[in-house]
Amino acid sequence: MKKYRVLIAKPGLDGHDRGAKVIAKFLQESGFEVVYTGLHQTPEQIVTSALQEAVDAVGISVLSGSHNYVFTEVVELMKAKGIGEIPVFGGGTIPEDDIPPLMEKGVKALFRPGTPLDEILAKIKEIIG
Amino acid sequence: MDYAQEALNGSVLAGARLIRLLEEGDPAGIEGLKKIYPHAGQAFMIGITGPPGAGKSTLVDRIITEFRGRGKKVGVIAIDPSSPFSGGAILGDRVRMQRHATDEGVFVRSMATRGHLGGLSRATFQAALVLDAMGYDIVLVETVGVGQDEVEIVDLAHTTAVVSLPGMGDDIQAMKAGILEIGDIFIVNKADRVGSDDVVRQLQVMLEMRDYSATNWTPPVLKTIASKSEGIIELVDAFLEHRDHLVSTGILDTRVEERELHFFKELVKEMAYEKINTAAGGAKKYAMLTEALKKRETDPYSAAETLMEHLKVDM
Repeated sequence: MKKYRVLIAKPGLDGHDRGAKVIAKFLQESGFEVVYTGLHQTPEQIVTSALQEAVDAVGISVLSGSHNYVFTEVVELMKAKGIGEIPVFGGGTIPEDDIPPLMEKGVKALFRPGTPLDEILAKIKEIIG
Repeated sequence: MDYAQEALNGSVLAGARLIRLLEEGDPAGIEGLKKIYPHAGQAFMIGITGPPGAGKSTLVDRIITEFRGRGKKVGVIAIDPSSPFSGGAILGDRVRMQRHATDEGVFVRSMATRGHLGGLSRATFQAALVLDAMGYDIVLVETVGVGQDEVEIVDLAHTTAVVSLPGMGDDIQAMKAGILEIGDIFIVNKADRVGSDDVVRQLQVMLEMRDYSATNWTPPVLKTIASKSEGIIELVDAFLEHRDHLVSTGILDTRVEERELHFFKELVKEMAYEKINTAAGGAKKYAMLTEALKKRETDPYSAAETLMEHLKVDM
């Protein structure tokens, strides 16, 4: 059986990585291989990592308010690098109103604080297909 | 997309996807490997092994920087353990190497052991071949954090460096068989910590007791503080010195030949097993034997011997 491989990244200056770690650990316990980049990633670093690691999805955790920039940039860069078909998902303190425009730009799933882990897992599996 | 051809043309995307196919055991991956194989054999393969937390990833990060400074392209395969329970893995070696993420001369691939013992994953060797064929001058393989007995890295690497750190045990630990026998270079990392000189001395005493007539190479013991980039230039010099030694003595050719032979034999074993398993699985005799085993009417040794008697080998 093919293993799910997912990248989990923390962009920018935001140092709150607990959410990213909880998701990474939960996905690992659900049988995923999780490539963890650590903190302070630029969109370029995230996209090159996704490229080299041949992952099935890219997950980004943002709690700094820079979600609009980060997600848009990552999605655009991935298209430019020829991996636009790899789904991008994310989580963090993202206001409800910001979600539809980001989804329109190509983000496949966004999870707000309090989303049950099982729901996140089911959605990630769904977008990977 | 012809991943093999594209990878040879320098496509990182194609190379990455070819490695993924190989990791999944996809037959298309093997076809790709056949195609790239003639282009491999140029890279200098370096293995970095040692216990968890010794600083292997940080060392690899600094070694990349040093080799890049010397104009070399560097491929890295970093291995972390798979969970024996879920099969999942957290691959976190990249965290230490992300400064190189946007350097086109560096390719880092994380791999999970997926139940493979020995310190590598099943597809590590194949992935190293892909990076080699893609033109990376140096291929660094960082093993999973190892204990005493995971020595598979020597089958892959031309030069193996064993990383130790202060405070891991007394001098008898350094004399034991296994991992401490495989080092071409010994690194005592975190050398600013108390006890690092003791570790260096213990390793040197252990090394003095060995016979080097077969290789004519006495492994150096080097101190590093990877987090401060100290000792890295000397370490990379030692890698290259060992490489020169292997080339000038002809040991490299012998090692590569042995490795190819080993690889071939392992493949034969794997394929023969598959063939026997498929052929025997449907056979009446096989069903009878497994039934007899269940009822404890026979033992596994006799059952295997009986099965082998019915085996015909055509060459």
